[in-house]
Amino acid sequence: MIEFLQQLINGLAQGSIYALIAIGYTMVFGVLRFINFAHGDVYMLGAFAGFYTAPKLMGLFGGGPSYAGAALVLVSAMSICAVIGVLIERVCYRPLRQHPRLTVLITAIGVSLLLESGGQYVFGADPQAFPEIIADAAIEFPASWGIFSTLTITIGQVLVVGSTLVLLLVLRTVVLHTRTGMAMRALSLNPMAASLMGVNLDAILSFTFAIGSAMAGAAGVLTSIQQPSIDPLMGINAGLKAFVAAVLGGIGNIPGAALGGLLIGLLEALVVGYVNPTYRDPLVFAVLILVLLFKPSGLLGKPEREKV
Amino acid sequence: MQTPQILRVLALAASVSIPVFSAMAEGEIPVGEFASLTGASASFGQSSHKGTELAVEQINAAGGVLGKKIRLITEDDQSQAGQPATIVRKLISQDKVVAILGEVASSKSLEAAPICQQNKIPMISPASTNPKVTEVGDYIFRVCFIDPFQGTVMSKFARGKGWKKIAVLTDVKQDYSVGLAEFFVKDILANGGEIVREQKYSTGDKDFKPQLTSIKAAQPDAIFVPGYYGEVSLIAKQAKLLGIKVPLLGGDGWVGDSLLKVAGKSLDGSFFSSHFSASDKAEKVQNFVSKFKAKYGEVPDDMAALGYDSAMILADAMRRAGTTESAALRDAIAGTKGFDAVTGMITLDANRNASKSAVILSIGNGGFEFVESVQP
Repeated sequence: MIEFLQQLINGLAQGSIYALIAIGYTMVFGVLRFINFAHGDVYMLGAFAGFYTAPKLMGLFGGGPSYAGAALVLVSAMSICAVIGVLIERVCYRPLRQHPRLTVLITAIGVSLLLESGGQYVFGADPQAFPEIIADAAIEFPASWGIFSTLTITIGQVLVVGSTLVLLLVLRTVVLHTRTGMAMRALSLNPMAASLMGVNLDAILSFTFAIGSAMAGAAGVLTSIQQPSIDPLMGINAGLKAFVAAVLGGIGNIPGAALGGLLIGLLEALVVGYVNPTYRDPLVFAVLILVLLFKPSGLLGKPEREKV
Repeated sequence: MQTPQILRVLALAASVSIPVFSAMAEGEIPVGEFASLTGASASFGQSSHKGTELAVEQINAAGGVLGKKIRLITEDDQSQAGQPATIVRKLISQDKVVAILGEVASSKSLEAAPICQQNKIPMISPASTNPKVTEVGDYIFRVCFIDPFQGTVMSKFARGKGWKKIAVLTDVKQDYSVGLAEFFVKDILANGGEIVREQKYSTGDKDFKPQLTSIKAAQPDAIFVPGYYGEVSLIAKQAKLLGIKVPLLGGDGWVGDSLLKVAGKSLDGSFFSSHFSASDKAEKVQNFVSKFKAKYGEVPDDMAALGYDSAMILADAMRRAGTTESAALRDAIAGTKGFDAVTGMITLDANRNASKSAVILSIGNGGFEFVESVQP
């Protein structure tokens, strides 16, 4: 019972990371109708942005682990990733906007390979130790909680789930209650009509990439707090899992991406804990195939009619 | 544009052909070495090369062997598959080496071994622990122990400590890890111990909390994690966070720069087996350590010690053979018995594997501490 609860907590923390990354996939798909396969590598860049800025930024708060410093590292990594995301869109995808979507898709794979190999060249292929920006420890529960006092919840896990929730709420407000958000939704509904109504296509696309990449950057730092070993290829697997999460939730649908991420995280933890760890990855990708076969629109997505 | 390009090609051709002209001086014994001096496994290759180089220097300073000096010809395989075959062919056909030393990584040794076997040139690998390497043929040797032995070393140690309930966490993507786990489990079960949980992960995983949660629920006395340092450091860190207080046990895959950098204090009180410890008080070891420090300004690691031993064993065999003729040299290497090396007493068995002791190290105070050596 306690072991099961513990696995749910583990899954929830890992799922939050997937949820954050999945949002970027889903937002870009929403407005541009293509999968940005370089997105997983932006997550990797987020971790490295934290790695390189942390020593300076933590220095401002005395150098040791501190929440203020960690928040600053998080924000700076998000900003750096936002800029990188905008650059990728501007340099690699925008010139191809009039081309078939397949061209853009293949370019995205190319960008992904570029970031991975370039990362190995610039950062080195060996895993690096992420600096300790928060003193991660298990939270002590009072013995009066009985059996529940043996549960282990770490500060890192609470932070990951908490930050994810906050970021999701902020995103929701932006999308539903601002003019930019309205423009984004209009674009995703009908790009032609939206631009005829005076929506600035380029600006909105840049904004979408900025937000999505910032979320991935946040995921990169939040992961590294719990798993302080980062390498230039860490984005591949996490990116693929998040992609499955986005499809599971219904690609193009933001709450769906968050839900999909959590479900994939829980599925992984339970498979590892109770079935066989070697089945973890195959099962996640089996979910992708099953969703595409039986409910291509995902859990929360609306079935889309093919326009002729 | 045309002329400079031709010049460059000529210059390149000239530089390539220089070694051919600088033919072997009389009175020198050419010995080839191939190692990953650059690329992904460069830290292993650099270490073993330094050890080998130091050994050859010492042998020559003491008058060489058979009245001649050993000339070490080192080639870099750039940590790339395909390179070992090319450069070992070059060493044999062009440099006419009488023996080959190398490599650390089993996959690279496996590439070079068939070529050495075909040309009947003895090859001694310093640190390839995969059993398949010496199975290539009767000219292939190694000076390190093999994976099955290492698994048993740790299980003996665990039994000696009185740990009865053991959990195992294996990296299913590494033959090395699976091999160690297999022999560890066999020995524990054969001696009345209990494997309370077997969990698995894959190279590159970062989140081990699900596996560790399941292991924690089984309440083991110790956890055997025969993986590589990259994952082990994260496993240790997360185990600590989940409130697992029992020691972790592992093998020589734990030795790596980033192990303690990532794991911090969370590995304190854990143990692993390895080839060599610079803090071993034996005179032979301390002698080697101080010479190595004097030459390179660093403490030698396992790979350096094994590289050193591979060259020393070769020189010893040459002395006993009285010649560098390949069949006689092969027989002499195969006859190595009770050679007092820095990584322990080495006897080469019928399968050309070193039968020798392993050392057990403990982790604490930000470093490794020698605990004991375990005889085969």
